[in-house]
Formats: sequence, structure tokens, C-alpha cells
Amino acid sequence: MSVKAGIIGLLLAAAVAFSALAQGFAGLGQEVDGFKNPERGTPFDFPADHGPHPEYRIEWWYLTTNLRGADGQDYGAQWTLFRSAREPRSDDTWNSPQSWMGHAAITTETNHFSAERFARGGAGQAGAVGSPFEAWIDDWKMVGADDLSDLQVTARGQDFSYDLRLEAQGPLIFHGDRGFSVKSVEGQASYYYSQPFYEVSGQIQTPEGAVEVTGNAWLDREYSSQPLGRTQSGWDWFSLSFDDGNKLMGFLLRDTDGDTFTAGTWITPEGETTALENGQFQARALDITDVDGRQVPTTWQVMLPSFGIDVTVEAVNTQAWMDVIFSYWEGPVRVSGSHSGIGYLEMTGYE
Amino acid sequence: MMTRVVLQALLSHWWRRPLQLVTLLFGLALATGLWTGVQAINQEARSSYDAAAQALGQGDFDRLVAQGGALIQRQTFVDLRRAGWLVSPVIEGRYGRGEDRVTVIGLDPFTLPPSAGAPDLSDDNDLAQWFSDDGLIFVHPETQAALPDGLPRAIPNLSVAIGEVVTDVTTAWRLLEVDGFSHLIIAPQQPIGLTPLDDLIPSLERVRPDPAGDIAQLTRSFHLNLTAFGLLSFAVGLFIVHAAIGLAFEQRRGMFRTLRALGVSTRRLVAVLAGETLVLAILAGLLGIGLGYLVAATLLPGVAATLRGLYGAAVPGTLSLDPAWALSGFGIALAGAAAAAGQSLWQVAKLPILAPAKPRAWAMAMDRSQTRLALAALVLFAVTVVLLIFGSGLVAGFLLLGAFLLGAAFLLPWVLSRLLRLAAPLARGPITQWALADTRQQVPGLSLALMALLLALATNIGVGTMVSSFRLTFAGWLDQRLASEIYVTARDSQQSEDVRALLEGQADAVLPIRSTDIRLEGQPAQLFGVVDHPTYEQGWPLITALDTPWAQVASGQAVLINEQLWRRADLTLGSELALTADWALPIVGVYSDYGNPEGQAIVAQAELLQRFPDVSTLGYAARTDPAQVEALRAALIDIGVPAGNILNQAEVKTFSLDVFDRTFLVTAALNVLTLGVAAFAMLASLTTLAGLRLPQLAPLWAMGLTRRHLALVELARAVLFAAITWALAVPLGLILAWVLLAVVNVEAFGWRLPMFPFPFDWARLAIWAIVAALLAAALPAYRLARIAPAQLIKVFADER
Repeated sequence: MSVKAGIIGLLLAAAVAFSALAQGFAGLGQEVDGFKNPERGTPFDFPADHGPHPEYRIEWWYLTTNLRGADGQDYGAQWTLFRSAREPRSDDTWNSPQSWMGHAAITTETNHFSAERFARGGAGQAGAVGSPFEAWIDDWKMVGADDLSDLQVTARGQDFSYDLRLEAQGPLIFHGDRGFSVKSVEGQASYYYSQPFYEVSGQIQTPEGAVEVTGNAWLDREYSSQPLGRTQSGWDWFSLSFDDGNKLMGFLLRDTDGDTFTAGTWITPEGETTALENGQFQARALDITDVDGRQVPTTWQVMLPSFGIDVTVEAVNTQAWMDVIFSYWEGPVRVSGSHSGIGYLEMTGYE
Repeated sequence: MMTRVVLQALLSHWWRRPLQLVTLLFGLALATGLWTGVQAINQEARSSYDAAAQALGQGDFDRLVAQGGALIQRQTFVDLRRAGWLVSPVIEGRYGRGEDRVTVIGLDPFTLPPSAGAPDLSDDNDLAQWFSDDGLIFVHPETQAALPDGLPRAIPNLSVAIGEVVTDVTTAWRLLEVDGFSHLIIAPQQPIGLTPLDDLIPSLERVRPDPAGDIAQLTRSFHLNLTAFGLLSFAVGLFIVHAAIGLAFEQRRGMFRTLRALGVSTRRLVAVLAGETLVLAILAGLLGIGLGYLVAATLLPGVAATLRGLYGAAVPGTLSLDPAWALSGFGIALAGAAAAAGQSLWQVAKLPILAPAKPRAWAMAMDRSQTRLALAALVLFAVTVVLLIFGSGLVAGFLLLGAFLLGAAFLLPWVLSRLLRLAAPLARGPITQWALADTRQQVPGLSLALMALLLALATNIGVGTMVSSFRLTFAGWLDQRLASEIYVTARDSQQSEDVRALLEGQADAVLPIRSTDIRLEGQPAQLFGVVDHPTYEQGWPLITALDTPWAQVASGQAVLINEQLWRRADLTLGSELALTADWALPIVGVYSDYGNPEGQAIVAQAELLQRFPDVSTLGYAARTDPAQVEALRAALIDIGVPAGNILNQAEVKTFSLDVFDRTFLVTAALNVLTLGVAAFAMLASLTTLAGLRLPQLAPLWAMGLTRRHLALVELARAVLFAAITWALAVPLGLILAWVLLAVVNVEAFGWRLPMFPFPFDWARLAIWAIVAALLAAALPAYRLARIAPAQLIKVFADER
């Protein structure tokens, strides 16, 4: 009930990943004059495309990490920078129509710590540059090589901080049709590519103390001008890394009338990808957890019959609720069944 | 059962004397009402200061400020954020002129701490407009009614403080023509492991602001003033209640005796009487709260205008019902009744069963208390002297006044008796002799009412003299100070250049007005920069100065300060005044600056502009032939200056005097109300005494005086009492005025004023006092003139 709520609205209004906005900002569901729309077959231009695209309405740099501490505990860390534009232009004044939002979190087996930041564009308080690569909001930074092969990621909140070094062990991969990712049967789409092959080392700090950690990280880059379909009420997004080196990204978009739309990408250890058609990727909630009064599915059955996948995905910590102004569930998961592994799960629309 | 019978018997008294009941209830209700009304106004004002302190970006946060009140650069904010500090920028400044002037507060909603409370931008269009080049503002509905020109679209919002405009920082920069921030809010919760601020940015100072403190400090005197008036009214009201309750007890002595003789225990009697008092107090309390609400609702718009005009403090003109002051009113009604009835209940408890019922005994007992009162008066005068010598501060000033006035009132019966005794040998003829002697006899019965009248008259004279003296001084000061014929405010800096060019071409002299808000001696203040021009030397009224003060200021080597700053900070001529952290100048003069609550200093304009390059450059004063003012005005409008931004000297004077008059409107209203209460006290006393006095009057009637003659004597006596009381009130009022001007004003406003006598006002007041006394005496006199002779004969037949 404040300016913040409004800004969040703008920031996330168009965000494919956040369905609640689509509900609250149905009016923004239409295409807005002047913003570019993703087009199938457009080649990427790196490193420029690692930087921001002000002519698109929304964009993010989204990092999730599965970590194992020197203390033997499992941890998850998240670092996200969102960009949202009111108009398809950018300038260096405080009146710039670009806005920025940051989310950071650490999930332990028993706790979840989160923080958020906001900034107007043009002031220098937040932004991103393709070369030399840097994305930042306040003192939270993701900085490193122009090809994203080597990054340093830092963030801190009132009760946690982390400093992680990321080294890519494989190539960038592109979702959908060469990075053109369809998000609904009506054809809403985004540009979407990832770097899922990071090895991580670093240090995290929580009220329990500082811990050296190692693990894996997955960076998503996505930008678009088209929000979710009007009737889409929420989404469940999985990024799974199997012990055999294969990886799976899959998402399930839930409709208010009970229909679902799914899409995903199968990624081999070499970085070869197979785009999954609507319905190939299947996910079914097995267990509901009460998270501060919200009913959130924290155990899932995930199936991809064409690749022989039938696994149970379980939250490392069922209470990994992002207690930010626009809240959602995001945390590390363990995978068992036909394949075993680890991963990250993000769920929206369970308010 | 028994209790009911006793109660019935006691209540029958009121049944037979409805006027006495009305007197009692109305007296207590009036007292409670005035007290409650004043409390309600104070409460409303206080809560709006708090609201202002809580509103939008003004919350209870630590701040970072630059030394000397300079603006903080944009980059400093970004640097701090990038170092991890959760700070949020705020730019504040004044926009518009005169009555419509508002405080623009520019916020950055992205970084504002959630608990700071921001306006609702959930509407897409509002959100888009907030960040657009035009901008969007949020204002209190009351502010929206009179916004200055040139502001973007306004959305009414009750959580914005009155007189404030909340908008985006970028919009505020444009409106205020500045770039940077007045301060940075520091969020209460910060991330772990931050570099200390002192290491990051030593030039900024972390302060714990008390946003309500400044305004509360400034307005304290005003509220104390109101409270003092409320207490005075209550005291006057209590006199009435004390008189009415005392009388009712005395008149029922016979009944008490009979009831006791019939077997009612003292305890039961006292309990029933206490119950009766309680019920009366509750009734009067309810009535009083209603009255208080009316008083407050009527006076509040004036008070709000005053507070805004005088202090720039925003208070809504509408009253909200707060249980706090309603309860306080109730409490004071009960306490007042208890105080008034306590003595009488004590007497009833000690009443010997066989004591004769003699109403006169009550009046005579008052005679003995005259001496006691006179002694109490001496003690109060001693307190006054002690406070005068050793006291300091506003509260001491008011205590001094209270002790002095109460002492004077206590002394009144004794003085009246002495005066009448001294006058006795002067009386010629038996009737005059009798009338004088009888008048002296009446002093005890009327003394409470007369004390009330004395207080009301003295306050009237004292406050009236203070206000009139102030106005006279103020008007003279305005004539001197407003030397320039025309005052212009350009719309923007572009127009400012045009205005200057035009004025330089057509006016005799152009005096650009440049000022900035700073803090001097720890208080908010304004720093003005003036150009070197004889206008200042000729017209600007200085209270005290060293040699050639204006030349020294013009050279950039000295500063002039206003009286408020001089007195509050106890500064001396020649001493250095720190204007910023690295800029201090010697004080070469002090000027009077009425109507301005804040401290002020004047330096050379070039120096000001060099140190504060961002100051607004929109204001100009110009000297010209008065006959040319209209032509100049037309020329200015031709180049696009809004007509409302051009003021001629006469308009400014009218406006200033208007603000002044409104400031004291409330004082005048309370004055009249207090006088009304005192007149009512006289009416009550005379009416109740009238019945008791038949045994004294009957013999005179029997000796041949007509009832009409007797009634005229009664009227004449009332006039005599009023006249003597007035005569005593004049010196008392003058002393009061002196204390107000020389002690209270200096403490409250920071300026000392010369005192001027206004004998014409006193004469008018004498007439009013006599009219009030005549009105009060009219009803009893009329009754006496028409009384049935049988009633008078009955006096001789009655056993008592």
C-alpha cells in the first residue's frame, strides 16, 4: 500500500516469472507501444546482450546456487537483479524510466534469510553493463568475465552475507528455439539463455556463523516485453542437476481454470539442448506444507518420459519463503527416484 | 428507603430554587467548557505536530546532514548506497509565497524505509505521473484548497501533513530549483558488516532529529498562553460554583437540622449530599464537554490560522473528538465540584443538631475569612517577588502572573471593606449612611463574584494593553522595514533574468532577495544576503549596533542578526557567529524582526551566493516612484510574471497586519468569554443574596422607603462595586501587561516591546463592567421593586 507496491507492480508487472502481477496488472497485459517484442531467430550479440535491454519491458539476471558447507550442511543461495521499464528508453537522469529490484537469500536446512533492494535507473545506484560485465544494486554485485565464465557474486542483508566465486565448466545454453522461449499457448515469449555449469566456492555468513562452501550454480538471463497470459495465476520453475551430469530446466504455468502450460530444456553434460514441447515436462504436487499460513507444494513428482525421468523433488527447507514485498517461495531441492541430484525450485502464486 | 426520603427532602430545595440550580450547573459547565475547549485546541495542535513528524519521509529516523545546512550531492547518496548503507534521500524546501506557501518534500520511493510510509501509487496512472517530467504531488485535503500556482496535479491524502507537498525528488528539484538533498534518512535496520559512516563520509553528520521538537518548541509559548487562559476561566468558574454550592448548603441548614433531629445519621446525610454533588458535577461535566467542543470548534480555525501565520506550523481547522480531552474535562468538573463542596460538607459533618438556622451566619463567616484571604494574598505576593527575582523561563513567567493575580483577587474583599469604612464619614443623610454601611455588609457575600470580575477586568486590560502596544510597534516597524515599493517573485530562473533586466531598466534600484535555510546556534534559521544600497541604512530598524554596520556587512566582513536570535542565544555585539562550519563573522548589529519565529542573519549577498550557489534567485525588491508602481506592475505581467507574484508595499503591509490581527483573535475571544463568566458570577451572587437580604430590607420598607427606592439603591450598589473593582483592576492590568511584554513575550517570541497606555480602552472597559453589573443586578432589583408587601411583612412575623 505504498509507492513500493506500485514500483514492484511495475517491475514485475510484465515479469513472466511472477504471475501475481499479471493478476494485479491485467491492464498491462496488452502490448505497450514502443517496447520491442522477442522475435524467433534473432541472433544474440555478446557480450552486449549480457548487459541490459532498455527497449524491452522486463529483464533479469537470476542466479541460484546449491552449496555444501565445510560443516556438512546443505545450503542454497540466490542472487537476482530485476530490471523493469516504464518506457522503452534509458538515460542517465534520475527521471530515467528504468527501475531496478534486487533479491538475495540464503537457505539453510533450518532457516531462510532474505533481503531486497530497490533503485531508480539513471542514478547509478543500480544497473548492468555487458562489457566489462557487471550487474549491481547498491553493494550487491555480480562482476566478472565478459563471457560470464568467471564471476564474483556478493550480497548482504541484515542477518546474512555471501561472497561466491563462480567458474563455468561448460557453455551457455539457449532455451526454446535458439533462445526464443514460448511462455503460453497464446504465444507470449521471451529471450532466455542460461549458464548452468558453474562450480562455486566461497563463504556464506548467517547468524550461526561463517561457513566455507562449495557447490554448483545456475544463471538465468531472460528479457521480454510480454507478460503472462491474462489467466495465468502462478508458476513452478525447476532447475535440476542430475548426478550423471545431465540437467533439466522445466516450468509449469498454472491457469486460473486449472489448465497448465509446460515447457523446458534437457541439457546434456556437453551443453547440447533439447527443447521440450508443452506437456512433455510433467510436474505434480505430492505434499503440501504450511508456510506461515500459505499452502505451498514442497514435494513434487517430476516426469519426463521421453528421457526416462521420474523423480521426487523435495525441498531442503520447506520454509524457504522469500519474505519480500512481492513474496514467493524459492529454495534448494534434493532429487531422488529414477535419477538423483540437486536443484532449485521457485514457486509463485501461492499467496 | 430512608436514603430516598432524605434525598427527596434535599432535592426539594433545588425544586423551589431552579435559578440557583441553573447557576450551579451553568457555572460549573462554563468553567469546564472553557477549560475543555482550550485543552481540545492544544491537543489538536499537538497531535498535528506529531502527525507532521510522522508523515511521509519525516518519520522517526536518524539523518545524515551536511554541515552548515548545505545540500548533499546526488553522488554522495549513490556512493553510500554502493557502500551498502541503506539511506534514502530527501529534499525539502519552501515553495510559493505568503499564505499559500507550502513545504515541498521530495522523496525517493525506491529507497524510502518501509516504515517511513509513502503515498499510495498503486494506480498505474498515478505511478506513471509520479515519475514523469510533470510529476505528481500528494497533499492534505486542507492544503489542496489553497495551493500556490505552478504545482503538478495534486492527490489528496490525509497522511500528508498540512502545509506540506510530498512528491518525487526530481519533481522537488524542479519546483525548488535546486539539485541535491537536504538530508539522507538512515534506515533503522542496516546490513551486517558495513564500513562506519565516519570513515566513509566524514563531512556528513549523523543527527537524531526531533522534527516535532522545533515546532513544538516554537509554539510552546502559544499553547501555554492558551492553557493559562483556560485555567483562568476555570478559576473564575470555580468561584461561581463555590458560591452557589456554599449558598445551597447554608440555605438548607434548617433542613439539615430537622433531618438530623428526625434521626438521619450524619454519615447518611453527608453521603447523600456528596452523592448529590457528584450527580450535579456529572451533569455539569457533560454540559461542559459539549460547551468545550463548541468553544474549540469555533476558535480552532483562528488558532490554526495563527499557528500557520506566526510559526508556519500546520494545524487542521477542523476539530476531531478526542476522548482524552473529554475525559480531562470530566475530571476537572468533578475535581472542581469536590473542591467547592468539600468545605461545606465538612461543616455539615460537624453541624451541632441544635445549632440555629441562620443564613446570615454564612455571610458573616466570610468576614472572618477576609483576614485569612488577605494573609494568603501576602503569601502569594511574596511568591510573586521570589519568582520575579529568581524565576526564569516561560513557565515561571506564567506562574508569576498566576500568583500575582490570585493574590490581588484574594486581597480584594479586605481592600473593599477598608475603602468603604474610610468612606463612611463622608456619607450625608441617613439613607446614604445606611446604604454605605449595608454595602460594606454585602462585601462578604459578593466577594467571590467581585474577585472573578477583578480577574477578568485585569486580564482584559493587561492582555489588551499588550496586544495594542504590540500592534502599534509592529505597524511602525512595518513602515520602516518595508521600504521598497514593489516585491516580485519570478516563476523560474529564466524569468528571473527577464525580471532583473526589466527592473534595472525601469526602477530606481533593484534589490535582489536571496536567502537560504540554515541552522544558527543549533536552531533553524534563515540567512539573507543583501546588496549594498542606502535603502537598508535609511530604513532598516536596528535595535543596537556598532559603528557603520551596513558598510561592514557590505564589505562581507560582518553579520547582522535579528532580535530573536540575539536574545535566545544570548549573543553580544562584536562576538563571532558561526554561519557554517568554516564561516564565522562578527555580529555588528541587531534588528527587530516581529512576526518571525525563527532566527535570522544578514550578510553580503556576494558572500552568500559564493557559499550557497544553489540558493533560489527568484525574489526581487525594487525602489521606484510610488506613482510608477502600477506601470511597473503592468510591465512585469507583460513579460509573464504571474500577477499573484507581484506585491506592492501596501499589500504586504495589509497582509502582515492581517496575520497579526488574526494571531490575537483567539486572545480577544477568550477575553470576552472570561468577562462573560465574571458577569455571570455577579448575577448568580446577587440573585442568591437577594432572597437572604429581605430581613435587612423589610425594616427600611417599614420605615417608609418605597420598594422602588430600595431597588434603585441595589442597582447603585452594583454599579459602585463594579466601578471600584474596575478602578483596582486598572493598575493590576498594567502590571500584568508589563509582565507580558517584558517577561513572557521575550521568552515566548524572543522580542521585547515598548508598552503604550490606552486609556480609551480602559474607559470602554469601565462602561462594560458597569453594564455587566447593572445587568446582573437588574433581575434581583426588578424583583425587589415588585415584591409583594406581604412578603416583607412576613419577615417580622417569621420566627427567624
